[in-house]
Amino acid sequence: MTDVLVASPVRAKRTGWLRELALLPALVVLILIGGLVNDSFLSFDNLISVLGASAALALVVLGESLVLITGKFDLSLESTVGIAPALGAMLVIPALSAGFGTELPTFAGLVAILVVGAAVGVVNAFLIIKLQLNAFIVTLAMQIVLRGLLVGATNGKTLFDLPESFTNLSTTTFLSLPMSVWLAGIAFAIAGWILRYHRIGRALYAIGGNREAARAAGIRVDRISMMVFVVAGVLAALGGLVLTGYVGALNAGQGSGMVFTVFAAAVIGGISLDGGRGTMFGALTGVLLIGVVQNLLTLSQVPAFWIQSVYGGIILVALIISRFASGKSQL
Amino acid sequence: MTEQLPTGATASVVSAKGVGRRYGPTVALHDVSLTVRPGESHALVGRNGAGKSTLVSLITGLSKPDTGTIEFGGEPAPPISQREAWRSRVACVYQYSTVIPHLTVAENLFLNRQSGGKFAISWKKLRSQSRELLDSWGVEVDVDTPAGELSVEDRQFVEIARALSYGARFIVLDEPTAQLDRQAIERLFVRMRDLQAAGVTFLFISHHLHEVYDVCQAVTVLRDARHVVTAPVSQLSRAELVDAMTGEQGGVIVADAASREKLAEDSAAAVTVDSLSGDSFENVSFQLRRGEVLGFAGSNASGKHQLAETVYGLRKPSAGTVSVGGKVLEPGDVLAAMRAGIGCVPRDRHHQGLVLGLSIADNATMSILDRLGPGGIASPAARTKVATKAVADYGIVTAGPNELVSSLSGGNQQKVVLARSLASDPNVLVLINPTAGVDVKSKQALLAVVDRVRAEGKAVVIVSDELDDLRLSDRVLVMRAGEVVAEHQAGWSDGDLVADIEGVELHD
Repeated sequence: MTDVLVASPVRAKRTGWLRELALLPALVVLILIGGLVNDSFLSFDNLISVLGASAALALVVLGESLVLITGKFDLSLESTVGIAPALGAMLVIPALSAGFGTELPTFAGLVAILVVGAAVGVVNAFLIIKLQLNAFIVTLAMQIVLRGLLVGATNGKTLFDLPESFTNLSTTTFLSLPMSVWLAGIAFAIAGWILRYHRIGRALYAIGGNREAARAAGIRVDRISMMVFVVAGVLAALGGLVLTGYVGALNAGQGSGMVFTVFAAAVIGGISLDGGRGTMFGALTGVLLIGVVQNLLTLSQVPAFWIQSVYGGIILVALIISRFASGKSQL
Repeated sequence: MTEQLPTGATASVVSAKGVGRRYGPTVALHDVSLTVRPGESHALVGRNGAGKSTLVSLITGLSKPDTGTIEFGGEPAPPISQREAWRSRVACVYQYSTVIPHLTVAENLFLNRQSGGKFAISWKKLRSQSRELLDSWGVEVDVDTPAGELSVEDRQFVEIARALSYGARFIVLDEPTAQLDRQAIERLFVRMRDLQAAGVTFLFISHHLHEVYDVCQAVTVLRDARHVVTAPVSQLSRAELVDAMTGEQGGVIVADAASREKLAEDSAAAVTVDSLSGDSFENVSFQLRRGEVLGFAGSNASGKHQLAETVYGLRKPSAGTVSVGGKVLEPGDVLAAMRAGIGCVPRDRHHQGLVLGLSIADNATMSILDRLGPGGIASPAARTKVATKAVADYGIVTAGPNELVSSLSGGNQQKVVLARSLASDPNVLVLINPTAGVDVKSKQALLAVVDRVRAEGKAVVIVSDELDDLRLSDRVLVMRAGEVVAEHQAGWSDGDLVADIEGVELHD
């Protein structure tokens, strides 16, 4: 009699991949609409640019999705997107260009970017997992602290004169796709594989679904949860590097406000904010959906002052569509 | 099966006539009739999945029958949407809490009617109203306590009082005894009899058949979504009742340890617990040999659960050691315990045993994800394979290994937990309340597995509130207030064991 209110014994049929594909029609419809609304939308170059523009978002969404699947939160990723590449760059570029004056080799700067991302993750993980602080407020505070550090370190100025290897990811192409797109694609493939085929991936779902049961099953719940924060930090740093290359410069506001888009993409893609549910394929569809919307908004020349309200409205509509396309609640 | 509804002169409190309910392709209830007469305590029994929950949801107005009718006191039931009308006729106290934990008892009692129609809430009035209500039914609970801090027992009384305050004189108790210890159950029954004398009618659901004989006058048995029999308790023997539930001859068959050969004297030690102390227990030592089953009995406050959880590494001991094969285990480390060959069925399958949103395959392989392939690869195919075998080995009734565990019945969920604990092929199996909330047939299946495991030479620890579970044990240690107070060899009598558990002299 434990399931009194869960009245429906209707079998949860094994729809597996079918359910995963639920968002694809929405994406296709959106692309078709795009083609109708704007002649240049369906051009090869434009579609490539949608991918190029989505690469940074994709990496951050990937990190966020992993954190969400384990049942936690990370709002600080958007600030990592700014501060990690900025610190890396400032270690390399001369003091005249607003660097620290250390003028380290470029390679060291690139490594520093990842180290900064990992370090932010370690601090988050320590506060949330070890000290048991609330993830929402901890990472919100961290978001503000990191943004403040970035603005302070750069005096709010934009960093130009970046070494070429900082922008290469987004500017060089392979088989006509930017390297950043390949990077994001490969990262998603690896994460998707791990989530489905590796014990660590299955452990993430178990932890997000029921931490106590995961612990009783011998899963190192705390260790894995902490690791996920660190991985998310590194992915956000990588996303930041990609974004830097895409923009060609690094301003103090890089990544600011991105967290909304990140969560929207994840939720649209079927990642549960309650943890324990969601796939990389879904998250990727969410990213592409948002990438297409952003591209369409740019192409259709919505007046700049109105673009935010239109964008927010479209995301709301996308959330509603994904709720009914997938048939799953987004709790 | 024919119905034998006594047609007395008195109108029935509730009368369901030929009600049926389908959920998609599944028939949850088929042509079931139930008549509860005023002032009686009517038991509703049946295995998990027999349709009890569905019937309760129909007569409490949570869902609407597809066929048949429901009447209260001879009048047709109100429409589903009129919650107020339902609430004044019937109330259900669920096994799981329906109070809001951070609000006080007083506020819970008058939730959404705090102000009595006026705009602002008068806290003073609310408290005095609550006090009055609880006093009138003899419930001794402080109205300012946050409801979440109440014991299960007090919480149930508060919920009953709340139901009565809506005017309902017909109350459904859904497995009220599942989480209570013996004394609390006695107090509940005393309260039920008092209320009955005051004109309250109960529909009582329980897996413990002796309770039906203790407190009920009539019993209705459901099986496989159908009505099997309704009869006065006095006219139905226990064996007949069990037969009606299972559809088979014979009651609960558990291989009593006394009937099997004694454990060989030279059997090697499997696990040694040396002066272990921790949360709620002190200085417990025992040795468990291969092929031995050791039972732990005691009330909820005896510390027996905490002891078992500490052996398995779920809790950290404050002193003492657990060693396997002469090696002392890292304290409070589940993984170390598992690697040393200890498997565990945790106390509460919803809280610690299962991830309800995942499939049988995911749950059954959760503890062996690192063994399914090289480098930690745990492919869906490998997981499904392990789970398919588990489904067959443990008789899990399911559409397939990829079904979500949340859609399984309690007994089958518990089989998944057992399958997982045995997946790592442990030498020592620690079972905590392995058959709680499980129907008779699943119980037999679960205990049969335990007996099989023992015969393979594994050592088993069973911690349980149910005597049937403990019958498998070569010896039973009784705990009281955190200490081992008695030891019973196989063949103990129920009375002796219960007397030791309760700490009373045997009076019968």
